[in-house]
Amino acid sequence: MRTIDQTTQEVLNLASKHFEVPAESLAPDDDFFRKLGINSLQALELLSRLENHFGIELPDYEVQGVSDFRTLASRIQSRL
Amino acid sequence: MLDLSKYQSIGSALKDALDQFAAEVCLIESDREREKERLTYRGFKERAHRLAKALQDAGFNASDRAAIIMTNQSKWLISACAIFYCGGVLVPLDYKLTPEEQLHLLQHSGASVLITEYPIWRQLSASPLHSSPTNLKSILVTEAPANVDLFGAHRWEEFRSNGEPAFIPRRRGDIATIVYSSGTGGRPKGCMMTHENYLEQCIALTSIYPFAPGFRYLSILPTNHAIDFMVGFFGPFICGAAVVHLRTLRPEYVREAFPKYKITYVSLVPLVLKNLQIGLQARFDALPPRKRKIFNALVGVNKALTKARPRPGLSRRLLKQVHEGFGGELRAIIVGGAFTEPQTLQFFYDLGIPVANGYGLTEAGTAITVNDLKPFRADTVGKPLPGLEVRIVNSNSEGIGEISVRSKTVMSGYLNEPELTAETIVDGWLMTGDLGRFDSAGHLQLFGRKKNMIVTEEGKNIYPEDIEAAFESVPAKEFCVFAANYIWPQRSMVGEQLVLVLRLEQGQTFTDELRRDISAHNSRLLNYKRVHGLVLVNEDFPRTASLKIKRNVLAERLAQSDRASAILPL
Repeated sequence: MRTIDQTTQEVLNLASKHFEVPAESLAPDDDFFRKLGINSLQALELLSRLENHFGIELPDYEVQGVSDFRTLASRIQSRL
Repeated sequence: MLDLSKYQSIGSALKDALDQFAAEVCLIESDREREKERLTYRGFKERAHRLAKALQDAGFNASDRAAIIMTNQSKWLISACAIFYCGGVLVPLDYKLTPEEQLHLLQHSGASVLITEYPIWRQLSASPLHSSPTNLKSILVTEAPANVDLFGAHRWEEFRSNGEPAFIPRRRGDIATIVYSSGTGGRPKGCMMTHENYLEQCIALTSIYPFAPGFRYLSILPTNHAIDFMVGFFGPFICGAAVVHLRTLRPEYVREAFPKYKITYVSLVPLVLKNLQIGLQARFDALPPRKRKIFNALVGVNKALTKARPRPGLSRRLLKQVHEGFGGELRAIIVGGAFTEPQTLQFFYDLGIPVANGYGLTEAGTAITVNDLKPFRADTVGKPLPGLEVRIVNSNSEGIGEISVRSKTVMSGYLNEPELTAETIVDGWLMTGDLGRFDSAGHLQLFGRKKNMIVTEEGKNIYPEDIEAAFESVPAKEFCVFAANYIWPQRSMVGEQLVLVLRLEQGQTFTDELRRDISAHNSRLLNYKRVHGLVLVNEDFPRTASLKIKRNVLAERLAQSDRASAILPL
């Protein structure tokens, strides 16, 4: 079982890889819309990637209103 | 289709539709690859009536207000139908707002009933504003897990009564809904829409884009949005068509839904349409050279043969694979909520997929103009809908002026805002605040906005005054937020941005620390509400005797400076 810190790091790594942003420039409390320069559609794309990576299903409503990596990771963690 | 000219209210039309089309499918709800629900009009009626009876047993009366905060799903429409059956006023609220904004609007609307989904209710209950006074007497929560505390709310699925509810008739001029077009921060703008507004709008829209039994509308735009309410609920229901809801809007599942459910119409915001265009273009570009050449030639033939009017059968044969990807039954993509770039519209039309673009605002009862496809024109927002009078006032030498509308579809006013209503509806004409001009063919062209607001590509109306509270603790003498195009008018409806205008204290300098502080405040706003840059001014803001900022005077002052050099990036 992953710890929340591990999950958060994996979320950051995956976001960095998918949107081609240097991993070191991302921090858990960053707003991913702003930091990755993405819109709501691209955020849905990121969710699908995260679901595949973690092998979970993350309903859209669970992440409604979430905009930082840390909260996103905690929602994933609760479903692992 | 029912003859809506004979009806007095949404409730009475829906009541008859549920009987007339009893055996037809009216709702399909799908969650990823799983179909969760498929209801006929008969099944829908049974559920709506049980809920209506329970609402009446709980004391919900004619003219009482009931708010819905839900994602697009079957229970949204069942609940709305029950509310109208009881003669109630529906308050559809945006599920994408923050809990604080939702609570603020619940309070403002005076709703006595709230119908919502469990994840939304969980957030509302956790909000510090949760205990602030509202008029709420009954709260119904859908899909709540077993054994969770609902803090006094009822489970929607268990809130039902047997027996026939009493149908409460309404008149055409009675209020049917209160739709918030904006104003989540300072001054809520609750548009009071009458039954007549909807009946007349539906008659006008379905005369151009008809529904019929067997037609399937894919509901993606939030149902609280005026467009989806009309073409994703009322329109299809009074024609016996079906609505398809997806519980996830991931692009892969949306794509699958078209062929799976043989979709006839879909409504999208420009951002999603653009994304669809990019995806399709990438696929076309990836074709081997020979196939690409053939494909381009076929698009050319289609373009030539559909110049005067759409020819769906022909386009489907010519560009079979593209149309099969959309299910082969798609008649039109309805785009709304914001301005769409002409080249995107043309891209789809050339593929034989008309995009029903138009222009409208909630206050006017959804659409004012729409492209009637006779012939298709990507460079305009179409002609006024039948029954609507549209004129351009205070026009300049080029014929560009403010668009105003007079029609049975125009709202009766803003809730609790008589002054604002009087400023907006002048001698029976709705002043839209948008700038336009009619061309010689009677098509409306848009040229930007007269008012201090922006509309995002995702269809969100943002009034700068509403987001100023987010910057309250920024250390500066005074500040305010403007739409950059309001200060420096641009003949454009796209790429609009907000700017924070800042006046520092005497002797205060603009430091990196201050910039970071502003950035931090900015990032707490929802992404579409954030300001794009800063404008520093070196004199005090002009104010009225009651110390309100004279925004128009300040904007005129700022307009003297060069836009590009005045805006500092955040």
